[in-house]
Amino acid sequence: MQVSGRFLPWVAGLAALCLVVGLIWGFFLTPDDYRQGATVKIIFLHVPSALVAINGWMVMLVASLIWLIRRHHVSALVAKAAAPVGITMTVIALMTGAIWGQPMWGTWWAWDPRLTSFLILFMFYLGYIALWQAIEDPDTAADLTSVLCMVGSVFAILSRYAVLFWNQGLHQGASLSMDKQQHMSDTYWYPLVLCMAGFMLLFLALVLLRTRTEVRRRRLQALILRERMA
Amino acid sequence: MELRVSDLSCARGGLIVLQGVSLTLRAGQARVLRGPNGSGKTTLLRTLAGLQPPVAGRIDAGADAITYASHLDGLKATLTVRENLQFWARVHDRPVGDALLRMNLDGLADRPAQALSAGQKRRLGLARLLVTGRPIWLLDEPTVSLDAASVALFAAVVRQHLADGGAALIATHIDLGLDAEVLEMAPIAARDILPQGGFDEAFL
Amino acid sequence: MIALLLRDLRLSVRSGGGFGLGLAFFLLVTILVPLGVGPESALHARIAAGILWIGALLACLLSLDRIFALDHEDGSLDLLVTAPMPLEGIVAVKALAHWLVTGLPLTLAAPLLGVLLNLPVHGYPWLFVSLLVGTPALSVIGTFGAALIVGLKRGGLLLSLLVLPLYVPTLIYGAEAAQRGADGLPALVPLALLAAISAGSAALLPFASAQALRINLR
Repeated sequence: MQVSGRFLPWVAGLAALCLVVGLIWGFFLTPDDYRQGATVKIIFLHVPSALVAINGWMVMLVASLIWLIRRHHVSALVAKAAAPVGITMTVIALMTGAIWGQPMWGTWWAWDPRLTSFLILFMFYLGYIALWQAIEDPDTAADLTSVLCMVGSVFAILSRYAVLFWNQGLHQGASLSMDKQQHMSDTYWYPLVLCMAGFMLLFLALVLLRTRTEVRRRRLQALILRERMA
Repeated sequence: MELRVSDLSCARGGLIVLQGVSLTLRAGQARVLRGPNGSGKTTLLRTLAGLQPPVAGRIDAGADAITYASHLDGLKATLTVRENLQFWARVHDRPVGDALLRMNLDGLADRPAQALSAGQKRRLGLARLLVTGRPIWLLDEPTVSLDAASVALFAAVVRQHLADGGAALIATHIDLGLDAEVLEMAPIAARDILPQGGFDEAFL
Repeated sequence: MIALLLRDLRLSVRSGGGFGLGLAFFLLVTILVPLGVGPESALHARIAAGILWIGALLACLLSLDRIFALDHEDGSLDLLVTAPMPLEGIVAVKALAHWLVTGLPLTLAAPLLGVLLNLPVHGYPWLFVSLLVGTPALSVIGTFGAALIVGLKRGGLLLSLLVLPLYVPTLIYGAEAAQRGADGLPALVPLALLAAISAGSAALLPFASAQALRINLR
């Protein structure tokens, strides 16, 4: 709690800095793409949010595992805190994707494997959050959502392959992976990296904040309970 | 056959309600739990039955020695009396035997459970104890909705069970006429009222 | 184990709520789709396999919350847990019973309903086989979902929210196999993948379901 309290402003500040610099650089200081025009610049929101959306689920998975194995209470809350942030990022990725797709592919939505995978990821997040909401006893809720998260992860990966099998798609190949820099000129690459770092830090800051809130809420409950018993 | 419980703590809804429960139940013994509503009788029985993990302490009983009868009878409305009982008998891999006769249900054997009165359902639920063949009975208010005659019948069944080397732990307010020690709930209620096992306490 | 299976089958036959309802629902969905998309039979032929798969999936979903909820209400779930059977086995038997009263009848009925949707002739065996292979996965996954919500009062809607995402791979491979079969394309690959999903879920998910039940019962 103390450690996270000391870190939080720094992480938040760094996130803000990266985002401001990255986005301004990306939006105003890069040339338009010769094929895609100015629309390409939505990449600075689209790619980082998509990245964080996936990593958010990973964080939930790891936190759930820690909860199930070590029964570390805070890890359950981290998983709980990460879910709404993750789903928001998923929605941002989907929406910016749609906005980008409209001028590029001439359609707001296509059942392309990546888009579909993200829609499915959205469904998984939704179910996970709904289960947290539905169960009153916090420990039971943490246990059950952890089990769901693990089973869900397996099925999410299966879905990903199933979707690839189902439609080979029109999405451009991954625009980011470390060895594919040649797909993108450095003028886009550096601000993009900055934006990705910014989104990751933002995610971290939000999860920390939400976890701290959650911890405080639980402390309050414990204190109220003590009051009532005394 | 012996049920030995040492220094058991049980929780309900994140609160420790029972503390330092120690008891030994030998073959032929019965013990009656007595205490007001909410004193943790059901929690204790459920913990002993293995339906919820104890917060602390040990429960020693032989494997598959315990059977538990809650206030719900676990009956299926569309099955007949005989089918209901046969199911539990087959689950425990035992014959039905004279369980119907002993609980005075033989005249109703082919009636669907939904057509039984509350007391008859209760008797059928208790007849299940006989077909499980398990020596230790944990009974949670077994006499609810039974009339005087049925209570006597049931008391006789329990006595027979004890005479056959069984044991019973009974939460009840009615005097079954058993030669049973009374286990008062008040002394084992959690004295240290602070909710130590509570899930939110971990955050303080 | 067999006793439990027989009891579940007998219960669903007696109380009627089980497979009768699921089948009727399947029939209704199949009737409603042409009413929604128009009477053009070429269109029906093209989407028949997918519609039948979705219909079967939804019909399956309908009866999931009964798997554990009824036993939980009348207390027999508690008693089953203390019975000399592994909980994983109980869960697997429950899933099997659910499949026998919903998945299997749906599989048998699907070819008949294929007629209504003008399914191409060579699509029938593929539709039948894909459902036969895929519906066990639906039951097993559904049992997991039912185990998650067993303690909740009104879990029905939540259950579909939890289970439907998990159904995605099964649906994709199953409908793809049926569709390719109907189009006269080789459909063995999706069928094999579907079989893998069914076998994998049947082998592993009962452990997760049993764990969820244990958590819910304490």
